[in-house]
Amino acid sequence: MFDLQCDNLTKMFGAFCAVNDVSLEVPSGSFFSILGPSGCGKTTLMRMIAGFETPSGGDIRIKGQSVLSIGPNKRNVKMVFQHLALFPMMDVGENIAYGLRCRGDSKSEIKTRVAAVLDRIGLAGYEGKRISQLSGGQKQRVAIARCMVLEPDVLLLDEPLGALDLKLREHMKIELKQLQHQFNTTFLYITHDQSEALVMSDNVAVMNAGRFEQIGAPEDLYRAPSSAFVAGFVGDSNRWSGTVTALDRDQVKVGLDGGATLVAPLAGGSSGQGGGSSNTGRLSVGDTASVFVRPEALVVTPGLLPDAPDRNRLQGTIDSFLFNGANSRVLVRTSRGELIEVDHRLDGGLSRESVGQDVTLEWPHAGGICFKAED
Amino acid sequence: MLRTDTGRLSLILLFTPFALWILLLIVLPQIGIGYLSLQVKLAPRVYEFGLANYFEFLNEPIYWNTLLRTAWISVLVTVLALLVGFPVAYYIAKIARKRSRAALFLLCLIPLWVSDLVRAFGWILLLRETGVFSSLLQGAGLIGEPVELLYNDVTVVMGLVYTVVLFMIVPLVSTMDGMDNALIEAGYNLGGSRFTVLRRIVIPYAMPGIVAGCIIVFMLCAGSYLTPVLLGGKNSMWFTEQIYQQFITRYNWEAGATFGCVLLAFTSLAVWLGLKLTGQNLASTVAKD
Repeated sequence: MFDLQCDNLTKMFGAFCAVNDVSLEVPSGSFFSILGPSGCGKTTLMRMIAGFETPSGGDIRIKGQSVLSIGPNKRNVKMVFQHLALFPMMDVGENIAYGLRCRGDSKSEIKTRVAAVLDRIGLAGYEGKRISQLSGGQKQRVAIARCMVLEPDVLLLDEPLGALDLKLREHMKIELKQLQHQFNTTFLYITHDQSEALVMSDNVAVMNAGRFEQIGAPEDLYRAPSSAFVAGFVGDSNRWSGTVTALDRDQVKVGLDGGATLVAPLAGGSSGQGGGSSNTGRLSVGDTASVFVRPEALVVTPGLLPDAPDRNRLQGTIDSFLFNGANSRVLVRTSRGELIEVDHRLDGGLSRESVGQDVTLEWPHAGGICFKAED
Repeated sequence: MLRTDTGRLSLILLFTPFALWILLLIVLPQIGIGYLSLQVKLAPRVYEFGLANYFEFLNEPIYWNTLLRTAWISVLVTVLALLVGFPVAYYIAKIARKRSRAALFLLCLIPLWVSDLVRAFGWILLLRETGVFSSLLQGAGLIGEPVELLYNDVTVVMGLVYTVVLFMIVPLVSTMDGMDNALIEAGYNLGGSRFTVLRRIVIPYAMPGIVAGCIIVFMLCAGSYLTPVLLGGKNSMWFTEQIYQQFITRYNWEAGATFGCVLLAFTSLAVWLGLKLTGQNLASTVAKD
C-alpha cells in the first residue's frame, strides 16, 4: 500500500525543466527523504504534491487516488514550511485549531483535539502562548502538531531544520523520527543535508538537476551508490580521476596522471543496485573514470611501501590533523599534491607529532568504486 | 547608543530643523488658534476670555450638522478607499512579479505630480454639463439633453476617493510586502478557503497597515478643502468651507479659530475611537517601521 505515488512527474518553467520525469512510491507509514543540492527541483516537487504548482506532465496519487484536479486546500497532504509559517497573529492554540475550524469541527471537539495533540508533543497547557514566546524547537513541534491534528495521509516537510542551530538540529533529527513513529504517518522530507536524510529516513531519493539519481535505503546509497553524483554527494568521499587502462568483468584499472594505478570495482557490477542515470555500462578502455573511496576504507601505514598486487597503495606525507572526537580525520598529501581525507583511528599510532612523516595509504580493491566521469 | 560627542552633535543637528518646524509651524499656530478661539468679542476691539464661541457652535445646528456631515462622508470615503485600495495593494505586494512591482507603484504615484487643483478641474472638464461624459451619453443617444454630473455628494465622494486612495495603498503595500507568502500557502494547505485565508490570515496580518491607511485617509478627507468645494459647489456643506467663510468672508477670526479647534478635537477623537475599536495603537500602525 502506497500513501503517495508520483508517476513520471514533470514541471517546466518556460524552457527550464525543474522536475524531469520523476517517479516515486512512498509506502504507508514510512519516512521518505528527497536529498539534493539547492536548485535541484526538490522544492518544486514538494510544491506540486501540496498543490501549489501544477505539473506539466505526469500524475500524483494519494492513497491511490489522483489529486491533480483537487485544490491545495482540499488535499489531505499537510506541509511544514521551511520557516514554519506559524501564524504570528494567533496564539499556539489558535494556530493548531485553524485547520480544525476550516474543517468545521465543533468547538468542544476542537478544544479536546488541540489539548490532546499539545500533550502528545510535550507542550500541554501551551494553548495561550504567543508564537514569539516559543523557542525554536517548540515552534517546530507546534508546526508539526498543526498539521498532524488534521490526520493527513502524508506530511510534507520542507527543510524545517534549516533555521535551527547545530545542537538543536541534531536533537530535532531524533525527535522528528520519534514523532513520525508516534503518529505513524507517512513523512516526505526534503533536505540538502545528507546527514538529516541518512539518519531519519527509511528510504532516500537522491535528486540532481530535476531527476532522481537513485532511490534506496540510506545504507544502500552509502555503500553502493549508482552514480558518481550519489557517491560524491552522500557521505564523504575521496575522488581520483584517471584513464581506464584495463577492464575486467567487474573490476577497472584506472591510471592516474602521476603514473600510479588504482583498481576498483565498477559501480552497479556485483552489487546489482542499478537504476538512476548510471552510465557505467558504457565504460571502455581509454575513457576517463573517477574512483571514489570513503575515508573509513583507507588505512595509513608509516613508511613508504612498494605497490602490492592485492591492494591499492599511494604514497604521501601527513599534512595535518583534524580533531573532531570520534570523527577525527588525518589529511594526507600524496606525491601528486592532492589532499586525501582518512579516518583517524585513535589506536592507529599516529599523533600530531606525525605531521610531515612519510606514509603509505592503502585500501583493498573492493574498498573503492569506479564511475565513468561525467562530461 | 549615542554616547560620543559626535553622536550627540549629529543628533542635535538632525533634530533641530525638525524641532523648529514642529514648534514654529505646528505648535505655535495651534496655540494661537486655540487662544483666539477663547476670545469672546463684546464690542469692536473689546474681548473677553471665555467659551462663548464654542457655545455658539453648539447652538447653531447648521454648524455641527456640517461637521457631522463632513465626518460621515469622510468615513464613507475611508471605507471606499480601503475597499478600492486593498485589492490594488494586495496585487502589488503579493501577486505582481518583483520587477513590475516598482512600475506599478510608480503608476500609483503619477497623479501626485499634478496639483490637487488641476486634478479637480480635470474632473470638472469630464463631468460638467457640457463636459466629456455628458456629450458622450448624448452622442450615444442614451440621454436627450445635457446632464450636470457635478455638484452632488456622489461626485464629491468619488473625487475624494480618487484623491486619497494612494495614501491607503502605500501603507497597505508596505505591510503586506513584509508578509511571508508561506503564511498564505499554509492557510490554504491547512484547508482554508480563499475567504478564510483572507479573513483569518491576510487581513489580521495587514491590520496595522489598514488602520494606518484609514487614519491618514480620514484626516486628509476631513481636512480637505479643494476637492469638496470644487466638485460639490458652493453648497457642498463641508466643514473646512465653513472655516474659510468665517475667516475670509465674515472676517470672524474667533469663530473660524473655534471651528478649527473643534475639527482638530473631533478628528483626534475619531482616530482614538478607531484605534480603540481595532485594538491597535499609534506605535503599531502609523509609526511602524
